[in-house]
Amino acid sequence: MSRYAKMFEGLNAKNQGAFVPFVMVGDPDKQTSFNIIKALIEGGADALELGIPYSDPIADGPTIQKASIRALNNKITPEDCFDVIKLIRDEYPDIPIGLLLYSNLVLKRGIEGFYQRANRAGVDSILIADVPLREADRFIAIAEQQNIEQILIAPPNASDETLAEIGNKSRGYTYLLGRAGVTGAETAATIPASTLIEKLTQYQVAPPLLGFGISKPEQVADAIHAGAAGAISGSATVNIIEQNLHEPEVMLHALTQFVSDMKAATNK
Amino acid sequence: MNNLSTKFGDYGGMYVPELLIPALDQLEQAFIDAQQDEAFQKEFMGLLKDYAGRPTSMTLSRNLVSNPKVKLYLKREDLLHGGAHKTNQVLGQALLTKRMGKTEVIAETGAGQHGVATALACALMGLKARIYMGAKDVERQAPNVFRMRLMGAEVIPVNAGSGTLKDAVNEAMRDWSANYDKAHYLLGTAAGPHPFPTIVREFHRMIGEETRTQIMEKEGRLPDAVVACVGGGSNAIGMFADFIDEPSVRLVGVEPAGKGLHTADHGAAICTGSKGILHGAYSYIMQDKDGQIEESYSVSAGLDYPAVGPQHAYLHDIGRAEYVAISDDEALNAFQLLARKEGIIPALESAHALAHALNMADEAEDDTIIVLNLSGRGDKDLAHVHSILGDQE
Repeated sequence: MSRYAKMFEGLNAKNQGAFVPFVMVGDPDKQTSFNIIKALIEGGADALELGIPYSDPIADGPTIQKASIRALNNKITPEDCFDVIKLIRDEYPDIPIGLLLYSNLVLKRGIEGFYQRANRAGVDSILIADVPLREADRFIAIAEQQNIEQILIAPPNASDETLAEIGNKSRGYTYLLGRAGVTGAETAATIPASTLIEKLTQYQVAPPLLGFGISKPEQVADAIHAGAAGAISGSATVNIIEQNLHEPEVMLHALTQFVSDMKAATNK
Repeated sequence: MNNLSTKFGDYGGMYVPELLIPALDQLEQAFIDAQQDEAFQKEFMGLLKDYAGRPTSMTLSRNLVSNPKVKLYLKREDLLHGGAHKTNQVLGQALLTKRMGKTEVIAETGAGQHGVATALACALMGLKARIYMGAKDVERQAPNVFRMRLMGAEVIPVNAGSGTLKDAVNEAMRDWSANYDKAHYLLGTAAGPHPFPTIVREFHRMIGEETRTQIMEKEGRLPDAVVACVGGGSNAIGMFADFIDEPSVRLVGVEPAGKGLHTADHGAAICTGSKGILHGAYSYIMQDKDGQIEESYSVSAGLDYPAVGPQHAYLHDIGRAEYVAISDDEALNAFQLLARKEGIIPALESAHALAHALNMADEAEDDTIIVLNLSGRGDKDLAHVHSILGDQE
């Protein structure tokens, strides 16, 4: 059974949804990033969504763009990110770890080589922000060979045809977009209509985690009450890093507290 | 599912967030319908003729070429309203915007040429335009910023990343993913995700079609070569499209070699040969060993883009078109030569193509007819070139 499947099974038994924070690996540097990820886990994160810094992140708003830039300014490479992830994996053998990144980083290494490398570092899933379903098959085929779960995105404007295809192909979890636009805490997620959640159930997609615009515990609770399997929070998490760059101890404490508050809202 | 082919061999595709797929599908469908709709075609052709000034003329150069075996014709896109070929396709896309019932237009611009073209089309059609421009470019290109604002467009400086064209494209795509319901993204070149490379080619293909008619009238035969500069590649694909199935016509694309291909300062994606995905398409791009996109460079802002349209990548790989690179210095030399010998000041972009066409003319051993796509006029470059050359006679 995959780590995601085990996680959802355990949460269901406790009658909880999942809370999944996102941070950019290597932001602002390797050592701090390692400490940040540990702080998230100590706060009670059920899984991790981790970004790899990229020069041209078209799906990201200003907060996550700046995280990329901070890391790139410190010469963080994908290889550095795999190093950090491997250290986390060694210390936490059970937590699901997902990568969220852009296609050119994958292609540059070759899809197979990249997925192999991710697998060796202990990654469970890969979501490529600029690979829609229509371009996904060759990535999915290699993901299966390399024991990686390819995560697909269900946007709020998805057609029935798209949802049916996600139903057939999704593994791990489904990234359910809370709204149109790019990542960012400035514009709040819309809690999905019950009709969309019903359709996701009908098409048997992998458990949906709501992301984009999640920054408050109430939104986590609302998402779970609406039928989502949990929520992902990226920009709100990264904001805490940005605001406390010069006081790492304060930053780590605030991150743990943030995750703990968000996690507390996951009880069904 | 798509009704048109989304790829050129392996190149092109739709590497965008899932969220944008419905908007791209809607655009593809609107384009297909419009191509079959006589009323749309009549309106588009009418605008090209009566507003923009098509067909543009074709001029035989009198003094540029010393080789008596060679005739060099200039396809005069510099005479088009707006000062460059860009007006063709923005009129087409503005009509598509209205056809889709959208009222707003998002665009990116580097030096401001596509921004100005978009602003004029939107002023004409009553559309609300907002144009993303790198903050550095806003400073460097003040006259074009003023032109856009005069015509009613909102110009939004982009500080993210390096503050240049590729960052403006990123920001335009971000805006579009929040506002696709009411806004069309009017992409400025034959790059980006499907269906843009196809739409932009089709809305520029009259360049090659007119060239064919005009050269048949003047010479009674097809040219031996057509030559065009390639940044994203829109004027080149517009010139090439009608000749792709004519194997006797060499298709020659000229990329910017900047300070030299051996330096980091160039914009020659095909000539340096590294493949990847940028702005929604798989093509030749400029990137580092990890796949981070690198900054391009050229003296000519219109060629300063770290990728190239996917059809050019394909034409290169199958050997149908040739791609070469011309340096800043060679282009500046051709820029001055055309002014002095023919009384025409070309855009720095077009000067790259001219420099290579002149090299081809020098080397020709048989009777040769070359058509150069003079894609734009050089007024916009005067201050820049003046600052480089100084007041030399």
